Amino acid sequence: MIRSEAPVLIDIRDLHARVEDQLILSGVNLTIRAGEIHALMGRNGSGKSTLSKVLAGHPAYQVTKGSVRYMGEDLLALDPEQRARIGVFLGFQYPVEIPGVSNLEFLRVSTNARRLQQGHEELDTFAFEDLVRERLGIVQMDPAFLERSVNEGFSGGEKKRNEILQMALLEPVVAILDETDSGLDIDALRIVASGVNQLANADNTTLLITHYQRLLDLIKPDYVHVMDAGRIVRSGGKDLALELEQHGYEWLDRDVANQELA
Amino acid sequence: MVEAPLKKRSSALDDWCKCLLKTLDAPAGRLAQSQAVGRERLGLMPAPHRHQEDWRFCDLASLVEIEPRQIDALPQPQAPLENSDVTRLVLGVDQGPQAEDSLPPGVSFLNEVDLQQLLGQTLKLTNAEEHWPVALNQALVSQVIGLRVSGVVDRPVELVFDAGADEGVMAARLLLVLEEKASIELLQVHMSSGSNLNSVVIEAQLKRGAHLHHGLLAFGHTQAALLSHLAVEQEPASKVTLVSASHRWGVMRHEPQLTQLEGGAESELRALQLVQGDQLADTHSLVCFKGTEGSLDQLHKAVADGNGRSVFNGMVDVPREAQRTKAAQLSRSLLLSDKARIDTKPELEIVADDVKCTHGATVSRLQQEELFYLQSRGVGPAQASQLLLRAFCDDVLSSLPSAAKDWQPVERLLDEA
Repeated sequence: MIRSEAPVLIDIRDLHARVEDQLILSGVNLTIRAGEIHALMGRNGSGKSTLSKVLAGHPAYQVTKGSVRYMGEDLLALDPEQRARIGVFLGFQYPVEIPGVSNLEFLRVSTNARRLQQGHEELDTFAFEDLVRERLGIVQMDPAFLERSVNEGFSGGEKKRNEILQMALLEPVVAILDETDSGLDIDALRIVASGVNQLANADNTTLLITHYQRLLDLIKPDYVHVMDAGRIVRSGGKDLALELEQHGYEWLDRDVANQELA
Repeated sequence: MVEAPLKKRSSALDDWCKCLLKTLDAPAGRLAQSQAVGRERLGLMPAPHRHQEDWRFCDLASLVEIEPRQIDALPQPQAPLENSDVTRLVLGVDQGPQAEDSLPPGVSFLNEVDLQQLLGQTLKLTNAEEHWPVALNQALVSQVIGLRVSGVVDRPVELVFDAGADEGVMAARLLLVLEEKASIELLQVHMSSGSNLNSVVIEAQLKRGAHLHHGLLAFGHTQAALLSHLAVEQEPASKVTLVSASHRWGVMRHEPQLTQLEGGAESELRALQLVQGDQLADTHSLVCFKGTEGSLDQLHKAVADGNGRSVFNGMVDVPREAQRTKAAQLSRSLLLSDKARIDTKPELEIVADDVKCTHGATVSRLQQEELFYLQSRGVGPAQASQLLLRAFCDDVLSSLPSAAKDWQPVERLLDEA
């Protein structure tokens, strides 16, 4: 939903970042307003996942230049847990398995961390169980997964559903979903996409990182951006994704090169 | 286990030992003879020294800080409220035998004749009577808690020893005899809150088909030491599960030694030791298979923080006659600081050629990706580390006997209590 008067939720300016000695982001600019759904595409290694990790505050990535403002606040000055508490959510491409930590306990601790930040009361175990059981419906997940260790022994699809369940509990303002569609069969893809659609509203935003049009058939983006060599080289509407699907990235390379020549 | 012969040398610990022996009253009571033998042995035996391979990483020199005197009676323990589903025996060194009716059905005290006959029998299998911590215990101990278990005992038993803040040496000895097909859950809790040495020797004899689930919870003190030696002999078709968890001892040395007399038995060992500050925890385990088709499942876990040092030496002996033995040993250690130290050594001696034996050792820090995942969900770094630490400890702690939960081992061991 595009509304030009909607507040800017995230504003990325000239963002440069490196991991170890390698520069991966070299000048990303992106502005996202409330209510919008953005898709970020691009070849493997173009910097999409790095951008998502930098926004979430992964300690291995070092920002060397540029800024990110989240609802006007300097996001990069905050620790990862603070970013999560104020409403930034990263859905992992490879959700981490944590043997021995109960999924239910993990979900409760993280939900309460967010609630405290929002000025709500913490939920005790009983109240939380009620909430989590209700939210399980959004991703059609079996309650048995709550009793297991975080992501341990989950299939690819189960892990991704668990990510969307966390999103449903944390109710983020900015959700960045890194290849949430990878490793999903058709049914799981539908369930995950439907979960994301149910959670999208006029006050939040979703940034979908994906390689495939099939996800964008189910979650309709307002904007599509293409990254290459650490920058966004092209932005457009949802037709851009269709064109990419048809012609591949080489078409875009030529197009961008022609533009630069002109 | 025979101490390596050493050149005549006198260390501060030898002198301390001599002082201790001088303070003791003349051997008396039921164990007078055993005490006399132990004292003679101890008098002749050099104290453990880091030149001996077996003690290379375990320095007992700090024991001399402890007053060389025997603690006569233990104070009332700092224990949780008694659980009506568990039989608790609180033990003081000089207390007489408990009344028979305090024991659950199926458990009785060993009579004098049996005690004299059976005491030391299991220790002899591994030559442990010649081992310094055992000789020290024997020199001091004046009471043995001897229990005979027949049939399936539904009610867990817990034995509580709290040396409190008393200064000196506390010695406790336990002898368990499990008759054929007997089964019991037994939790042993050792605590200290001052400068004392806790010397513990346990012998357990499992007849055919018997099942012992033993837990050792050891909550220590930075000025206290724990030397525990646990000798188990197993007849075929018996099963033993030994679970130990310890923390905060200035020095802790735990020595579980299992002998499968004819193989064909099941042995399970689970241990967790936590060190911080300048603490030292050392587990030296020994499992001997003396016949075919025995099995071992061993997991040793350690967490080292501060300047702490954790040592694990896991010996598994599979001689030619122990064909078709299945043994798995895994040592997993977490290193939480740059100055902490872990020494871990699986030691499998396999002569039999038709066996399935595996071992492995890992030493790692908390996983950065796991920490980041938790942080990215709003969990602060301290709480995230604590969650991961709890998870690391959980598979050992969850296998403790059921009576352990009243002691809140997770909270106490991780200093959350």
